[in-house]
Amino acid sequence: MNAFVLILQRDLRLAFRRWSEIATPLMFFIIVASLFPLASSPEASQLRESGSAVLWMSALLSSLLALDGLFRTDAEDGSMEQLILSPAPFGLIVLAKILAHWAVSGVPLLLLAPFLAISFYLPLEALPTLIIALALATPTLSVLAAIGAALTVTLRGGGAIIGLLVLPLTGPVLIFGTRATEMAINGESALGPLYLLAALAVFAISVGPMAASAAIKVAME
Amino acid sequence: MTVTLRVRFVRWFHQLASPPYVYRLAGQLAPWFAVTAGLLLLTGTYGGLVLAPADYLQGDGFRIIYVHVPSAYLSMLAYIIMATSAVVGFIWRIKMAHGLAVSAAPLGASFTLLALVTGGIWGKPMWGTYWQWADARLMSELLLLFLFAGYMVLRASFDDREKADRVSAILAAVGVINIPIIHYSVEWWSTLHQGPTIAKLDQPSITMDMLSPLLVMILGFTIFFAWLLCKRLQGEILNREGHARWVEKLLEEITR
Repeated sequence: MNAFVLILQRDLRLAFRRWSEIATPLMFFIIVASLFPLASSPEASQLRESGSAVLWMSALLSSLLALDGLFRTDAEDGSMEQLILSPAPFGLIVLAKILAHWAVSGVPLLLLAPFLAISFYLPLEALPTLIIALALATPTLSVLAAIGAALTVTLRGGGAIIGLLVLPLTGPVLIFGTRATEMAINGESALGPLYLLAALAVFAISVGPMAASAAIKVAME
Repeated sequence: MTVTLRVRFVRWFHQLASPPYVYRLAGQLAPWFAVTAGLLLLTGTYGGLVLAPADYLQGDGFRIIYVHVPSAYLSMLAYIIMATSAVVGFIWRIKMAHGLAVSAAPLGASFTLLALVTGGIWGKPMWGTYWQWADARLMSELLLLFLFAGYMVLRASFDDREKADRVSAILAAVGVINIPIIHYSVEWWSTLHQGPTIAKLDQPSITMDMLSPLLVMILGFTIFFAWLLCKRLQGEILNREGHARWVEKLLEEITR
């Protein structure tokens, strides 16, 4: 457990020193969402209808964009080998790295999402549901993207492949996330899809780090 | 008696890890599969196109079912075979299991594509559209195609074959866990959407003279797939074992 906390602290400290890497996916998230009305139409009725889809797609793409360097920098400077050799369970270390990454990429996204939602004329009553849904969905997305990053950790230019490997697996998260948002917009109770999002998150967090750590070990051997 | 049987089975199981044995076994099985598949496919095609009566709702259009359903079924079977053998290869470090997974992947992708294309051709006259986003099975098949593609692309991006085997096995395992989740979430999603009206009409329950050619076709397609798998596996083994002595011997025998 000590190793878990230490890795978490180390990764957070590193992330804040390289703040541009935190900012890039967030800027990407904002820019994609703001360009969308230019591409479709600035009319309120249409934006309200497509708003949740745009928010969710931008969140999905920006969470993928951020993950390429998650394991690669450690693998390249040799510290990943030390982490594999350390007595602490490697799956736990990987989980700490994913958690640290989620804290600097997922949490700011949660804070930004309400502002974008308001600009898309989403009703204020729907915002709590949107934030809860994003809070439950982004960990699953981070775990899935981490598996992709782990599989491609030794490949040069792995970033493009991660999308190909991971995007088909994000279907369920996207379905339940947009469904919860739409139900909240219509004033219905969105508990059903929220529970399903929570179930996916629990499943991903308990199984995903093992798959990711196995992939890193194989790729590094 | 039981002991000797068990010994034999264990020996046979261990032989399955030996490339020359698997190569020969696949070579011996392939012609049988080819002949059986040919006979079954001919029978099924004749039964499906000539003997089966036209559907009272869909006319002769329904006959594409005899290609569509077997390929959709094989696309899933191929993924399961690929993932299972990749995981077996990962755990027990059996190269031949990885070889089987590699051979199954492009076949599975082809059958998935065939299922999607025939589905589109069938959908145009029946639903009025080639593509229906709200259909759960269509979406699942499309995502399955992406999973096959991801597996093959990931493999191709590694230079070291052994590493490609082990890394792609993890991806296949992650995919096979996700397939039921994807399928049921898509199904749940599509039931909330407005379904296409024509598909909402009660499908007439299939009669015996329509069903029996379908079963023959499914069996024929499966054995056809087994034949292709044998041939691809042989090629894959030769690719992997190119410098082994038994391959050189084999070459001498063939060229003599």
